[in-house]
Amino acid sequence: MSEKVEKPTNYYVPEQSKLPIIGSVGLFVTVLGAGNYIHNTTGVVKAEEGSLPSIMASMGPYILAIGAFIIFYLMWKWWSTAARESMANMNSAQLDRSYRQGMMWFITSEVMFFAAFFGALWYIRVFALPWLGGEGVDGHKAMTAVLEWPGFQNLWPLTVTPQEAKDGAGASFSAMGAFGLPAINTAILLTSSWTLTIAHHALIDRNRPTLILFTWLTALLGAIFLCLQAYEYYHAYVDLGLTMGSGIYGSTFFMLTGFHGLHVTIGTIFLIVLSIRCSKGHFTPENHFAYEAGAWYWHFVDVVWLFLFVFVYAI
Amino acid sequence: MAHDHHPTGISRWLFTTNHKDIGSMYLWFSFIMFLIGGLMALLIRAELFMPGLQFFEPNFFNSLTTLHGLIMVFGAVMPAFVGLANWLIPMQIGAPDMALPRMNNFSFWILPFAFSLLLLSLVPQLFPDGPPNFGWTFYAPLSTKYGPASTDFFIFGVHLMGISSIMGAINVIVTVFNMRAPGMTLMKMPMFVWTWVITAFLLIMVMPVLAGAVTMMLTDRHFGTSFFDAAGGGDPVMFQHIFWFFGHPEVYIMILPAFGIASHIIPTFSRKPLFGYASMVYATASIAFLSFVVWAHHMFTVGMPVAGELYFMIATMIIAVPTGVKIFNWVATMWKGSITFETPMLFALAFVVLFTLGGVSGVMLAMTPVDKQYHDTYFVVAHFHYVLFPGAIFGTIAAVYYWLPKWTGNMYNETLGKIHFWFSIIAVNITFFPMHFSGLAGMQRRVPDYNMMFEGFNQLSSIGAFMLGFGQLLFLYIVINCVKGGKGKATDQVWEGAEGLEFTHLPSPAPYHSFEQAPEVK
Repeated sequence: MSEKVEKPTNYYVPEQSKLPIIGSVGLFVTVLGAGNYIHNTTGVVKAEEGSLPSIMASMGPYILAIGAFIIFYLMWKWWSTAARESMANMNSAQLDRSYRQGMMWFITSEVMFFAAFFGALWYIRVFALPWLGGEGVDGHKAMTAVLEWPGFQNLWPLTVTPQEAKDGAGASFSAMGAFGLPAINTAILLTSSWTLTIAHHALIDRNRPTLILFTWLTALLGAIFLCLQAYEYYHAYVDLGLTMGSGIYGSTFFMLTGFHGLHVTIGTIFLIVLSIRCSKGHFTPENHFAYEAGAWYWHFVDVVWLFLFVFVYAI
Repeated sequence: MAHDHHPTGISRWLFTTNHKDIGSMYLWFSFIMFLIGGLMALLIRAELFMPGLQFFEPNFFNSLTTLHGLIMVFGAVMPAFVGLANWLIPMQIGAPDMALPRMNNFSFWILPFAFSLLLLSLVPQLFPDGPPNFGWTFYAPLSTKYGPASTDFFIFGVHLMGISSIMGAINVIVTVFNMRAPGMTLMKMPMFVWTWVITAFLLIMVMPVLAGAVTMMLTDRHFGTSFFDAAGGGDPVMFQHIFWFFGHPEVYIMILPAFGIASHIIPTFSRKPLFGYASMVYATASIAFLSFVVWAHHMFTVGMPVAGELYFMIATMIIAVPTGVKIFNWVATMWKGSITFETPMLFALAFVVLFTLGGVSGVMLAMTPVDKQYHDTYFVVAHFHYVLFPGAIFGTIAAVYYWLPKWTGNMYNETLGKIHFWFSIIAVNITFFPMHFSGLAGMQRRVPDYNMMFEGFNQLSSIGAFMLGFGQLLFLYIVINCVKGGKGKATDQVWEGAEGLEFTHLPSPAPYHSFEQAPEVK
């Protein structure tokens, strides 16, 4: 790290590394623990006390904790190794391009992950609910509505599910409005994209005080967003009665906002790490792949939120 | 590059960053999975040898078909192609290694863990209600409301496989776009590289959708959501839409690299350049594009609006056009060539003929009114096994015979190779051809019992399956024999008509690090 060498002209193929196998073990232990944890809390395993499945289920939380620890260790090791290599000037211009392209394709895959949930939301609203509500081809009522779900009305937000309509029950929850907290959160994320861009320009202009200030500011806005979202969830569960079990509205609402929130959490941690690395002077105008990767990731999270705001809250 | 030493022992494989080591691990892993999945196929065929229940409870029979499908798709075919990509792409584009070598090893090592998770479900002490039993397509509500406890580990296993595939795909794309030797423009890339980069694009686009689908399954099972439950306003048919949005590109993920392999082998043994290279590239890209917009042809019987059925029927049939272009090009490559019939060529020819047969039954299935008759019969089983076994797997076997001398420096035993070929092609047809007839006559898939009148066809299929299964042990012997010395040293070019950097610029066996200095491509 201390000795700076000339940028290599040929490609850097790293030495053997223990990181991948640690990561694989970590992922395995994590999902093994998660599966057993779920079985423990939901009581899916109908096995006698003391049998192997029930012992496994009761150990789930501990296995999960061990797995999570291994994964955190791995991330710490992997990225500190990558940072060390970058600062030791071991990355040729070509390798830098490899990292950049890799990050772009990773974000593409993330976009497709959200596309699955948006696709579900659109399919439900455009096809499934009208059919459940009796809308059919050529004006004929779809028989599923007549026979299975009499009395169901397709209204969005769907506060009365087909089952509740059949049972004659009323609305069990209220929907989340768009122009309270969600609108404020939209403003926060848009502002954070702006502060991040200022910081990025400062990085290129070698203006370190501005860089450090505005990167921290962006991370702070991310943290505020998360606090507000946590309050929003509290409000949903306690005041509105809106839960993951609140029919398809609750399902899509929490799946989309939940995974987005998870990505904001990752992005905020990313930004905090970047802020610390900025303070330590890790980045130069020529060599700051990690910073750009974080910035791209943050903008991606921002764009997903705009779609969320329109399709989950507003429309 | 800075290090020339050759690491040894177990740490060589656990900690490696070398594309050849990782490629070998992928290929061996794939072969082990192929044997495990194949063993399950033989158990299925043993049960189906006669009508009535012989060996298994219906529920366990369902588990066998489920695990057979999952293991073959995700454990055998896909890792085999990733293994070939690892071995070949750096050599074919003149690169020292893959672009992201540590991530490369990560994507491999996830797989054995993911499949242990899946295979653990076979241990009755851990999972008293048995392994997943809902078919490899895991339709809701079979997999949500009625899935056994092991379903949750299956879900997490799919997540891990997805992570592995996405990392592998990113690595391939970045390698191809960023690591080519000077002068190798995109339209000079070997066809295997082209087909793989398009495959990698498909993987990046659809594996996350699969991850989303299984995540919704998980929350439906345990966290009260109702994505696939009409009572809460969801829709079980939506599961099929999401699954097949992944599933249809997935079937091309399992065939495009084989197209690339055939496009190398046929020109070599015809001693002519590939006919219509540019049209091959565009045809592959068209097939990939179309794969995103045809998914609902897997679900014509769910009760879609007629307009939807018409659209998906026509869009599906259009795929026959670029596929036909490819088949025409392979045939035209052979036209007036000086053809010889070494083992790789034999497998490649069988690939072209039998894949076409599977493609033609695919066009039959694409017709909505006809499909309503064929849906969920053995005709469908015959169709997709014709594109997968003589398609994807013969393609892989052809590639192994073709490049094995380059990898090991030794020639394999040609006589045994030819025996392996003739044995396999006869057995594959005995196994799968009768399924067309039993299917058209109405035999349903995924049922352990059947009407007496299907007995003859089923006995043929079972005999063929056992021949086919045990015949592959010969392949194992030939490969091990070749690694240990085989029939003497291979030349650097290996085959008289072989083109491409791996044959013209590298010795046999290829050095541990492929190209320390990038070659100049003219």
